Amino acid sequence: MSDGITPKTIFDDSPRHDPGGAVKVYFRSIAAIIWKDLSMELRSRELLSAMLVFALLAILIFNFAMELDVKIRSTVTAGVLWSTFAFAGTLGLNRSMAIEKDRGCLDGLLLAPVDRSAIFFGKAVGNLVFMILVEMIVLPVYSVLYNVNLFHWGFLLILFLGSLGYTAVGTLLASMAIHTRTRDVLLPILLFPVVIPVLMAAVKASNGFLQGLAMIEIMPWINILIVYDVIFTALAFVVFDFVVEE
Amino acid sequence: MTSTPRWLRILDYITATIFMAAIGMVFFYAPTEALMGAVQRVFYFHVASGWVGMLGFLAAAVAGVFYLKTERRLWDIIGFSAVEIGIVFVFITIVTGSIWARPVWNTWWTWDPRLTTAAIMELIYVAYIMLRQGIEDPDRRARYGAVYAIVGVASVPLTFLSARLFRTIHPIVVGSDPSSTLGGFDMTPRMLQTFLFSLLTFTFVFADLLWRRVRLGILADKVEQLKMKRME
Repeated sequence: MSDGITPKTIFDDSPRHDPGGAVKVYFRSIAAIIWKDLSMELRSRELLSAMLVFALLAILIFNFAMELDVKIRSTVTAGVLWSTFAFAGTLGLNRSMAIEKDRGCLDGLLLAPVDRSAIFFGKAVGNLVFMILVEMIVLPVYSVLYNVNLFHWGFLLILFLGSLGYTAVGTLLASMAIHTRTRDVLLPILLFPVVIPVLMAAVKASNGFLQGLAMIEIMPWINILIVYDVIFTALAFVVFDFVVEE
Repeated sequence: MTSTPRWLRILDYITATIFMAAIGMVFFYAPTEALMGAVQRVFYFHVASGWVGMLGFLAAAVAGVFYLKTERRLWDIIGFSAVEIGIVFVFITIVTGSIWARPVWNTWWTWDPRLTTAAIMELIYVAYIMLRQGIEDPDRRARYGAVYAIVGVASVPLTFLSARLFRTIHPIVVGSDPSSTLGGFDMTPRMLQTFLFSLLTFTFVFADLLWRRVRLGILADKVEQLKMKRME
């Protein structure tokens, strides 16, 4: 890679001498993996474009399936958007892990002398970035198409919290799904039943913000999202070792 | 594989006996509920099967933790045996619940937190089985199964919590949630005894089935190893 962060610069400092250095190396390896994913995407654009086109098509389908006129729209906007993101998300998650597996990159990553959890966080943050990018393109499109302003700080916060939990579990399960015979088919089946609390909470909370409900009614949902994010990020961090073990 | 251990055979007999006794208690010992009538008798085995389903899911997660720690095949066999039993009993719970709900709530199904959680739990179990079927390498299958059982069980309380919150904000509940089967009618001492006895019985059923299924799993494991050896 000619992008400044090469494996050499990452692993040159020896972490054994000072504990602060170990943390630094840890974060630098996470950054390196994110950077690798982003620069790869910048060149091929295959992942983002697939997710984006899929998301727009999904909204198109919802438009005709539910007749999104003004009355219905106000109550289902959050649901339509979150279903779209959930489905588009599985495309991205599958692709991002399949790339690693098919071209033997995963083995390379595992051979690197870094903590396995750094690989997990690198991939998860990369997936989160892609998901948020897609959301940031779909939101204005939806706003223009249906003449609603979705850029409310609360709505954006929920988008972030929801995507965080979704990608944390999604990255873990995607790295399991790619090792199975049915790979792409399996990921949504594994992911959706587990991620339902996120979708429920995100839909209700976003709806609350869009309809201008009082914070006291939205807060429980935000709490669920935060609890989910914390529990599942920690859980994925603990068990990821076993998933990539050869 | 040796012949059936003596304790397992004893457990078989105990389970069969108390199961017959439980059926007898449900039909003859427990009084008929005043409002709902005979259909209320489904409640004893309904809650008991739900209990076994939860037990199966929990056992699978605990076995998963032990498998990841020790990497002993036995824990894996216990894990998927528990899941299989769990699937069957959650399904029984859903079916018996519908039988009860039709005359009492006037609907087969409602999106009540417990019903929602049971349905989602069943889907997690099914996904677990599908995940395992897609993996050939036994070690990887065991590891992934363990990880998914743990992730699944961690999500169930949150699912229940969100489903409950979902309903309190949307007060369009048809009937009340099944917890009011406890509060909805006051259990007479005889009903309570029947209920507790059913729970005990089904716990025995669970233990008995699990033991049998684990023995079957160990055999299947041996067959698989023999096949591998032959192929080499």
